[in-house]
Amino acid sequence: MVKKEMIAMLLAGGQGSRLGVLTSDVAKPAVAFGGKYRIIDFPLSNCINSGIDTVGVLTQYQPLVLNTHIGIGIPWDLDRNNGGVSVLPPYEKSDNSEWYSGTANAIYQNLRFMENYNPDYVLILSGDHIYKMDYEAMLDFHKQNQADVTIAALPVPMEEASRFGVVVTDEDNRITEFEEKPPQPKSNLASMGIYIFSWPVLRDALITLKDKSNLDFGKHVIPYLHENDKRIYAYEFNAYWKDVGTLGSYWEANMELIDLIPEFNLYEEFWKIYTSQDMIEPQYIGEHAKVSKAIVGAGDRIEGEVQNSVLGAGVVVEEGAVVKDSIIMKNTVIHKGAFVDKSIVAENCEIGAGAQVGVGEEAESKLNASIYSFGLATIGDNSVIPEGVTVGKNTAIRGVTTLDDYPNKELESGGYIIKAGEEA
Amino acid sequence: MKALGIILAGGNSSRMKNLSDKRAISAMPVGCSYRSIDFTLSNMTNSHIQTVAVLSQYNARSLNEHLNSSKWWNFGRKQGGLFLFTPTVTADNSWWYRGTADAMWQNIDFLKRRHEPYVVIASGDCVYKMDFNPVLEYHIDKQADITLVCAKAPEGDDLTRYGTVKLDADGLLTDFEEKPMVAHSNIVSTGVYIIRRRKLIELLEQCNQEGRYNFVTDILVRYKGMKKIYGYMLDTYWSNIATVEAYYNTNMDFLKPEVRNFLFREEPKIYSKAYDLPPAKFNQGSEVHNSLIGSGSIINSRVENSVLFKKVFVGNNSIIKNSIILNGAYIGDNVRVENCIVESNETLLSDTTYIGDGEIRIVSENNNRYGI
Repeated sequence: MVKKEMIAMLLAGGQGSRLGVLTSDVAKPAVAFGGKYRIIDFPLSNCINSGIDTVGVLTQYQPLVLNTHIGIGIPWDLDRNNGGVSVLPPYEKSDNSEWYSGTANAIYQNLRFMENYNPDYVLILSGDHIYKMDYEAMLDFHKQNQADVTIAALPVPMEEASRFGVVVTDEDNRITEFEEKPPQPKSNLASMGIYIFSWPVLRDALITLKDKSNLDFGKHVIPYLHENDKRIYAYEFNAYWKDVGTLGSYWEANMELIDLIPEFNLYEEFWKIYTSQDMIEPQYIGEHAKVSKAIVGAGDRIEGEVQNSVLGAGVVVEEGAVVKDSIIMKNTVIHKGAFVDKSIVAENCEIGAGAQVGVGEEAESKLNASIYSFGLATIGDNSVIPEGVTVGKNTAIRGVTTLDDYPNKELESGGYIIKAGEEA
Repeated sequence: MKALGIILAGGNSSRMKNLSDKRAISAMPVGCSYRSIDFTLSNMTNSHIQTVAVLSQYNARSLNEHLNSSKWWNFGRKQGGLFLFTPTVTADNSWWYRGTADAMWQNIDFLKRRHEPYVVIASGDCVYKMDFNPVLEYHIDKQADITLVCAKAPEGDDLTRYGTVKLDADGLLTDFEEKPMVAHSNIVSTGVYIIRRRKLIELLEQCNQEGRYNFVTDILVRYKGMKKIYGYMLDTYWSNIATVEAYYNTNMDFLKPEVRNFLFREEPKIYSKAYDLPPAKFNQGSEVHNSLIGSGSIINSRVENSVLFKKVFVGNNSIIKNSIILNGAYIGDNVRVENCIVESNETLLSDTTYIGDGEIRIVSENNNRYGI
């Protein structure tokens, strides 16, 4: 096999349970974003734009959509004779078969994949952030410092630093101390979960630590290397980076794209984001439609009103329907006269005629107040909401619901209806 | 399908006026996301034709660029694939393609080396969706020498630009007039033919020996009494874009839901090269009615009854009406565009007005976008 200087390993197996019903049927990296993309498109595009042509994608939780999306990597030019994209699910071994039990454990289980390419460096990425980053510049930094590990770190406001894993550095950017969610942070550099390892260092650490349960980079591997006086450096990243791990931050990140000149600009020629696109036809804006401050995907048909919203491909907004401050994903239909306000409606849903979604007073979620807050109504993939019902705020709906599920034709704020599969 | 495809994409027509200054007709952008040749290419791939040769000659840069990878139409195969033939100088030939038959004759080695028993010949300048398999079945069933796909010309279209045909009750071709001054039929040839490969080779060689180069006039018309030529009626949407007016009308046709559903939504789909553009963005002040908007476009003002292609920018307080704006056009503030076709990558400076009076105006100004 051809030697590769650096290969990337992308951790895409997580559920992302804080996204609630959005990740009931899909892994978090496969959740739609920005009217066209899926979250994993950002790290994948960053890879190819940074000149990395060998990427292992580690999957575990609900991989169907992810696998279909990645295919053989054509959209990212990762269909290669040597390298390219490889999907790496957990596999059975002659002894000690196990699922991926932690971030570093997943990488450990794929040692042989990495060895095949005889790399000098391995880049560890996660599939749940929105950003554009040149990993090659980070590698240059890694080489300059003769580092064993380089961790990408984002300066955050000091008052927010206590929410993150914080790194404390000396004047040469070498990391002297780690603090996990410190009450009194000594630094405002938050770890972004992006690591470059010199391959022998990573390999030795994984083999040494292999028997630890739930082997994790942040909890085990990095502290172990730190104790052993390895050269660990922080690479400061000063551009847009958004964790879309909660419904609130996911909604916000989408809404930011609508700004007149968004901070995270997808319309620049430089550093394109690629994605697998099965719909390329134009969108039709009808005679009586009103569309302003919106991102509208390919193949949409808008006959109603769309305001301050992000619509995926193939969405239909029928006459008299109003969509406001919402994210509507692929192939969802908003029927006549429906009103959708501050909601996230996932793929292939139907909102019945005259239904009102995301209305009323806020109330705490009865399903999970830490997930379903922010005043959002969240509707999972393939859901149906019947005609004429009212759905409140901080609600969650999943599955084909009928009028029988709505006493008094209403789902009060904070309520939920989960009909398909287990509760999210 | 037991056939190979040949797409005649070399042509130019003065009826396209300066729209064909920039590219061959087959490479004309159509329906926001596509180029004209995508329809025939997709029809071929969807009919499971695995080998397709595109014969190009006139201004092929755009076309070559569009076809730089065959994977978008599923032609990146070990078996067959997409072949692009522009005229080349050989030991015994240094002519350009002197006609459609000559273009195929100059590539006769390709035809001889293939193994498929039939050939589907089509042009690259028509918008339609068609499965060629039933046509081949019809061809075999009728024991035809050549089967010609025919369609009713769109209402009010200028028939003098077509080959008009008359068929008898069985479908046998009884009359063929190429670009008649006075048309006797509104049934026209779509430029799609099926013929046995060996028969095609034989006819092409004979034609060449006689110094004849045109497939329609020198083969179809001359042989119509002698060979069994059958017509197969295509009764779904079909349009040839090779005049400015037809090009404009075809694009406007996509505003009709039935045309859009048939061509864009119903399987099998029409494929095109991926451009990786973000979705269209509508800013405050955008007011769009009955229009098609392509990916990557940014709209800041009023657009009515128009078709905007990919990556079009429309500034503040502008009005675009009944117009077609091609890929990458930049329209400044306070611009008024009516009944126009705005060329691709065109820059319309702020505070200007472009109105097509009585006919469609082609706007091609070559303004410098960054020199303002």
